[in-house]
Amino acid sequence: MIRIENVSLRYRTTPILHDIDLTIPKGGVTALIGPNGAGKSSLLSLIARLQPLQTGSITIDGLGVDSTPSPELAKVVALLRQDSVIASRLRVRELVGFGRFPHGRGRLTQEDCNIVNQSLRQLDLTDFADRFMETLSGGQRQRALVAMTLAQGTDYILLDEPLNNLDMYYARTLMQALRAIADENGKTVVIVLHDINQASAYADRIVAMKGGRVVGDGTPAAIFTPDVLEGIFGFRMRVETFDGKPLVLHHL
Amino acid sequence: MPDRRLIALGVAAVACMVAFLLTGLRGNIAFVLELRAIKLAALLQVGVSIAISTVIFQTVTGNRILTPSIMGLDALYLFGQMLMVFLLGGIGYVSLDPWLKFGVEILTLMALACTLLLPMLKRRLDMGLMLLAGVILGVLFRSLHSLLARLIDPNEFAVAQSASFANFNAVRSDLLIFATLVTAGAAVLAWRARHILDIVSLGSDAATSLGISWVRTVTGLLLLVSGSVAVSTALVGPVAFFGLLVVALAERIVDTRRHAVLLPAAALIAIVVLVGGQTLFQHALGNSSALSVVIEFIGGILFLLLLILGSRR
Amino acid sequence: MTIISVDTPTRRRLVAGLGLAILFLASLSVGVGEFSLARVVNDPEALQLLLISRLPRTLAAVLAGAGLAIAGLIMQTLAQNRFVEPSTAGTAQSAELGILLATLLLPAASLPIKTLVASGAAMAGTSVFLMTAHRLPPTQPFLVPLFGIVYGGVIGAAATFAAWHADLLQFLSVWTNGDFSGVLRGRYELLWFAALTVAIAWLVADRLTIMALGRDASIGLGINHARMMQLGLVVVSVISALTVVVVGMIPFVGLVVPNIVSRLMGDNLRGTIVCVAASGSGLVLGCDIIGRIIRFPYEIPVGTVMGVVGGLVFLWLLFRRPDHA
Repeated sequence: MIRIENVSLRYRTTPILHDIDLTIPKGGVTALIGPNGAGKSSLLSLIARLQPLQTGSITIDGLGVDSTPSPELAKVVALLRQDSVIASRLRVRELVGFGRFPHGRGRLTQEDCNIVNQSLRQLDLTDFADRFMETLSGGQRQRALVAMTLAQGTDYILLDEPLNNLDMYYARTLMQALRAIADENGKTVVIVLHDINQASAYADRIVAMKGGRVVGDGTPAAIFTPDVLEGIFGFRMRVETFDGKPLVLHHL
Repeated sequence: MPDRRLIALGVAAVACMVAFLLTGLRGNIAFVLELRAIKLAALLQVGVSIAISTVIFQTVTGNRILTPSIMGLDALYLFGQMLMVFLLGGIGYVSLDPWLKFGVEILTLMALACTLLLPMLKRRLDMGLMLLAGVILGVLFRSLHSLLARLIDPNEFAVAQSASFANFNAVRSDLLIFATLVTAGAAVLAWRARHILDIVSLGSDAATSLGISWVRTVTGLLLLVSGSVAVSTALVGPVAFFGLLVVALAERIVDTRRHAVLLPAAALIAIVVLVGGQTLFQHALGNSSALSVVIEFIGGILFLLLLILGSRR
Repeated sequence: MTIISVDTPTRRRLVAGLGLAILFLASLSVGVGEFSLARVVNDPEALQLLLISRLPRTLAAVLAGAGLAIAGLIMQTLAQNRFVEPSTAGTAQSAELGILLATLLLPAASLPIKTLVASGAAMAGTSVFLMTAHRLPPTQPFLVPLFGIVYGGVIGAAATFAAWHADLLQFLSVWTNGDFSGVLRGRYELLWFAALTVAIAWLVADRLTIMALGRDASIGLGINHARMMQLGLVVVSVISALTVVVVGMIPFVGLVVPNIVSRLMGDNLRGTIVCVAASGSGLVLGCDIIGRIIRFPYEIPVGTVMGVVGGLVFLWLLFRRPDHA
């Protein structure tokens, strides 16, 4: 369980987050949605202790993110930021292998190698495993980064817009893979999504943010109604029900 | 009013020149005056040619941080000179007619500068890449220069080494007549091109659609730049950041990029800084060799500031 | 058949090792004094020459080369920019200024103490560079080395000015232009610290590779980013100060070597760090040998040779076509 209490954040004089109180239960897929600049990425980077907390507290399974040693936390939570750029000349397998660093401090055991191979398989990267990152397309690189995050093997996985650069096929594959590790391995996935229909199809729970505040928190059916969506995104959209799930016709 | 500022600058420049000639005059007045007049003429030429070459170069490359010296042009000149000594031998070099020698040097520099810079300008490369390449070229030419110097006579490499620092005291008066011709020619050409320069500063696309033949114009302007660089380097040696300093100051003072105003302003400020600084250091501080170090120091810091501030925007 | 079955990285390592060994022997044999390796066994004078001059000189080149290459590698990791190294980040120039000030203010201090002062100065200068480098826009990677070169130039100008006032220009030129001709037994041993720093770099190779992925990725993987930055800073500064004090500045080694090794073998440092060190040694040794034979019996300082060789390779690195579109 991730507990966020009274968290505010400001950058110089600009407030980014206002008094966030939020609990993300263990297990399942939680989608963070909201317009640009809502503070979603900032919230994720606070949870993953990439920025120091200014006020309030965040705990993951009772571990305070500002008080737990960083190497310990690296075994509990993994974050993939959006637009991560890899400038190093590394092979895909080497990069994904570095996801295992928190466990062996660099020594890869047979078990580590198995996990790396499994991550490569999950993202359909086995054929590219020995290619250098810079020779891959944008989507393949993005998948390699996701594979590295999964290989870290943490209970909590935070992904900031991982569908960037992915085509429809791999966007669907990735969402299915995330659903599967949540259902079968009991992992907790928190994912920032701009495609709210992906959120509707794969997430158990939606957290909506706007202007640095949490403005909605509930099941897809509860959040994806015309009224709530208009409050979040500022325009009215049609919502149909398809296969028991809300389908938002936001482009019409 | 830029014009009033130009007049003020002109007055300041004249005041500096008078001070340079007359301060602490003692002994054989006619002799000292003649000596100082020769030196003053050289300083004036250095100031004018550096101001002209820097303004034009910045206009052509479309940015405010590049200067010919930062791109390694004066190091290239020194290297070319050393190469001639190497190929002709010390005696052959000395026995060359100085006019012919200087002429050949300028032509070589022009040719090399065009081969180096034109492809860069045509492909419109990333400015940072160009700057870095220029700085590395400068290091490379300096290293080649000292390598050749040692190959020529390892025992006397100090002579070659001394040419790598600017020296405003020991100007080479033998070059003065030729240099005067080149500087005057460059000044006239630059002045006549002032309106074309305004258009060139808009960039190749806009300039072309306004009827300027880009490659030909830019080649001509680059030749002008390399000629001016040759003059100033031949007279006093390399001065990396002086041009940058002068043009940045000029732009701050006259507050325009119109070349009809900027060109004379930059030239006048160059004269004020050089002649005034030389007078100040020579008489007030009793130590004239420090001027080049101080100019480089301030110019270098200014360059860093421009780099950081410019990239913020 | 066994040779064919050797995989490419191993073969490259073998070739590199063999090349270094050949250069090592060549460096022992080249010089003004009459000398041949074969005579060492039964000629005490030749043995003396070997032990007092040739071997120390060769070892100094090997150590300085390895250290500078590793320093460049670490620098590039910390600044996340392929085009920085100690001489393009103000590190070497700060070390020069430091040793100059130490000579001026503590004339009685021993060489290790002075080196320590130089290391401290190098650290301060590099910290300022790194802090500023991170403020430059990441979209323009060329601005960082450009800034570093001019920044180094300004510090160098300050050192020149101070030296010129104190009439120490002679000393300063010893530190600014790398030269192995003065290396004798008893005057290079400080450089063995460079070997120590190479070993440290090898121990933390994995961490360095992850640092190169960026701050966020390394914190996410549980690395103490700030402490690694400090460690890297110390290592780079110590290596730079040592080389400046003992043999003088040698430009471009730290830049050229890591870039070429990275092109050939990638950036997984655990596998490449030994190659980086060995190639650095080979390059410096090779340039020193060239400097010794090109105008025999005179010598051309290794700093000058490297300025030419390294400058050309750097330009090639800048303008080469990228590996991929």
